[in-house]
Amino acid sequence: MSFLPLSPFRVVDFGTAWAGPMAASLLADLGAQVIKVESRVRMDGLRLGRPLVGEDIAGGDRGLWPELQPAFHSLNRNKLGITLDMKTADGLRLVRELIACSDVVTNNFSPGVLERLGLDYPQLRKLRPDIILVSMPAVGETGPLRDTLAYAPIIQALSGLMGVVGYQDEDRLVGELQAPWSDAVAGVHGALAAVAALWRRQRTGQGQFVEVSQLEATAASLGQAMLGFQMTGVVPRPQGNFDPAFAPHGNYPCAGDDKWVAIAVATENEWRGLCRAMGNPGWAASPEFRSHADRVQNHAELDNYLASWTSQMEAGELTQLLQRHGVAAMPVMNIEDQFLDPHWQQRQAFADVEHPRAGAVWLYGTPWLFSNTPGGVRTPAPLLGQHNALVLGELLGVPEDELARLAAEQVIY
Amino acid sequence: MTGVALPSETNAVPGALDGVRVIEWGSFVSAPWCGRLLADMGAEVIKLEPPGQGDASRRSGPFPSPAPDPERSGLFLYVNINKQGITLDPSQAAGREILERLLDSADVFLENQPVSLTRELGLEYEALKERHPRLIVTSLSPYGRSGPYQDYRGYDLTVNAASGLSFGTGHPHREPLTTPLYQANFLAGAGAAFATTVALLARDFTGRGQLVDVAESQVGGVLLSGYHLPTFIYRGVAGWRAGNRMHLGLFPNCVLPCKDGYICIDAPQLEQYQRFLALLGDQAWFQEPRYRDRRAMSEQYPDEAEALIAPWFMQRTKQEILQICVEHRIPCVPVRTFDEVLEEPQLESRSYFHTLDHPEAGPWQYPGPPFRYSATPCRIIRPAPTLGQHNDEVLVHELGLTGERLAVLSREGVI
Repeated sequence: MSFLPLSPFRVVDFGTAWAGPMAASLLADLGAQVIKVESRVRMDGLRLGRPLVGEDIAGGDRGLWPELQPAFHSLNRNKLGITLDMKTADGLRLVRELIACSDVVTNNFSPGVLERLGLDYPQLRKLRPDIILVSMPAVGETGPLRDTLAYAPIIQALSGLMGVVGYQDEDRLVGELQAPWSDAVAGVHGALAAVAALWRRQRTGQGQFVEVSQLEATAASLGQAMLGFQMTGVVPRPQGNFDPAFAPHGNYPCAGDDKWVAIAVATENEWRGLCRAMGNPGWAASPEFRSHADRVQNHAELDNYLASWTSQMEAGELTQLLQRHGVAAMPVMNIEDQFLDPHWQQRQAFADVEHPRAGAVWLYGTPWLFSNTPGGVRTPAPLLGQHNALVLGELLGVPEDELARLAAEQVIY
Repeated sequence: MTGVALPSETNAVPGALDGVRVIEWGSFVSAPWCGRLLADMGAEVIKLEPPGQGDASRRSGPFPSPAPDPERSGLFLYVNINKQGITLDPSQAAGREILERLLDSADVFLENQPVSLTRELGLEYEALKERHPRLIVTSLSPYGRSGPYQDYRGYDLTVNAASGLSFGTGHPHREPLTTPLYQANFLAGAGAAFATTVALLARDFTGRGQLVDVAESQVGGVLLSGYHLPTFIYRGVAGWRAGNRMHLGLFPNCVLPCKDGYICIDAPQLEQYQRFLALLGDQAWFQEPRYRDRRAMSEQYPDEAEALIAPWFMQRTKQEILQICVEHRIPCVPVRTFDEVLEEPQLESRSYFHTLDHPEAGPWQYPGPPFRYSATPCRIIRPAPTLGQHNDEVLVHELGLTGERLAVLSREGVI
């Protein structure tokens, strides 16, 4: 196996749900030894819910199936898992010992939690002077909304993103994205903050505290809309699939149930390619579609013509035809399309791993391909407490009888 | 808490990536945003733009005037802060040699040109590594540098389509919606910044550079598949659109209108939901079995379920709802419009926005970098470059080209 670039580093992951665990999983994929600290006292919310198999949904919601939770597997692969009750003195002592021999601590706790545990940055520095602490609070460690309870859609609402998700020709907002967008954004930014701080520490020996607010990370990807409002005085509203830099620009119906193809045309060359692909139909030569500006102006009519052509063909077939003529096109893929797609398979977008309880599970892969030091999925998400003996016994040197006592007292729990 | 250092302030403290030099041959959003994030953290980023027309985002809005102006594009101004800008055409021999000389002193070559173009020009990692063995080449492309679609054309729309994001956005009975404001490209740019920094760390141990191949559609497609993949594998459900609500999970998780706009509520935990119900007073439906199964309410009859709580929101403004829900610890907030975001007290209290004066475009308020480092604060040292602004600085003062040579190259369209 090639060198895993983050293998020299150990990470203590206090993350729960999505954003925090995702940041740590991105580090683990590239070799960091990530130790997830959790407890049955209050399980990671992603250990609750409808199990992968079986119909015991109510039981799953009560936490009876912690090893069979779908999203948990993806977000916690490649990690070691220990269970410690940090509300006990012994539990806290062991966590502090673990941090003292680690490089990075990641968390998405609510503001104030680390402080109450005595694990805020000034305290961590005493344990390990060059520690890097990455905190990913929902909106921030400070400010009037700091205590707001927030999941991804809440962050998307506050950032302004949600307010521009919708159809141009409908008043009612759509808003939702059916995916935990802000968690992914925060996860990537949290992981970036950690490796940039490590890069600096490699040079200066100095650790630090990095705060990555999930709201601020989400809003940072929306700067042009904020400039747009200042420049024009017009409040951005949903544009659907319309973009004045393109025409046509949309998702067009194809043969089959709920099948669509995305087509985007920006240049004259692409427009001519599209016309050729369609067999140069008469309507495309009419004056209302002559220039780019004409096509933008009359885009609704253009969309109708195009849809009547695309609806007779399959999305994959259309994509190949249009790409042959130099036109940007892609099927609007759902997860089945992606999973079965030879392109995504070749790039290992998804990976499977053998899990002791769930059997073979499919997870998301590592989305960036390194030619020399590739990452990847090596081990499944940990069972609750799976690595207690390894981490607490071998790494921290807690004797076996002491481990047994801590388990009996539900410190290890 | 550390804010952002602005040009008027001292910049004595180095950034986290201080000492890293990046040559960016980026267009539009993905690679430029990657370069921007690296620059915010202290990397020195020199951006190459095509002579004459410049980066494609200069022709994209928003603009302060009805007519497009390449020095006043809100998109360009935002994603290119902190960079030096030169004009260069690397497809000409003289331009190519200048690029090679820039790469001699660079740590990272960051580009999102068409895969076929960098291959033809010998500007891909395999061709560059001989002269530049320590160089990290971060290549962004719509679908990546391998696989059957590597040469396919793509824009943010097709990237969203291939990523799976579009399929889930919109109403079940209507066409899928792409994400607004090039979000798939922004996420890919941030992911590429992470991967690039990992490659820099790896070089400390291996002594070698490498190719970092980032498919824009793969970043979103992979990182957002956490629910969809197992739902497909185990339940055979390949995807869905659910309009204003999240299809999976526990009621309430939706976007609803209120007196003066929209709110978003997402309260999965039982205590959160109970605190919300307490606000509604004593409603007869609380006791009906049909309205006690929150999973069925979310997945099977959400219209009906939402109608039960909709009136409470319609009677109140966004601000009233926010106050009540913060007080009662209920995850429910206004859907902010961008004029409101700019005045959001939460963001203001943390000095998230900063004013930056651009020589041509003037002063505007920009959102801040999303990182707050205690020891190596992010910094904003300059606004986005005007086209070719740093040609003299980089080509004459650093590479030692003469003024005459510069004039010749300029006439030939190389710079």
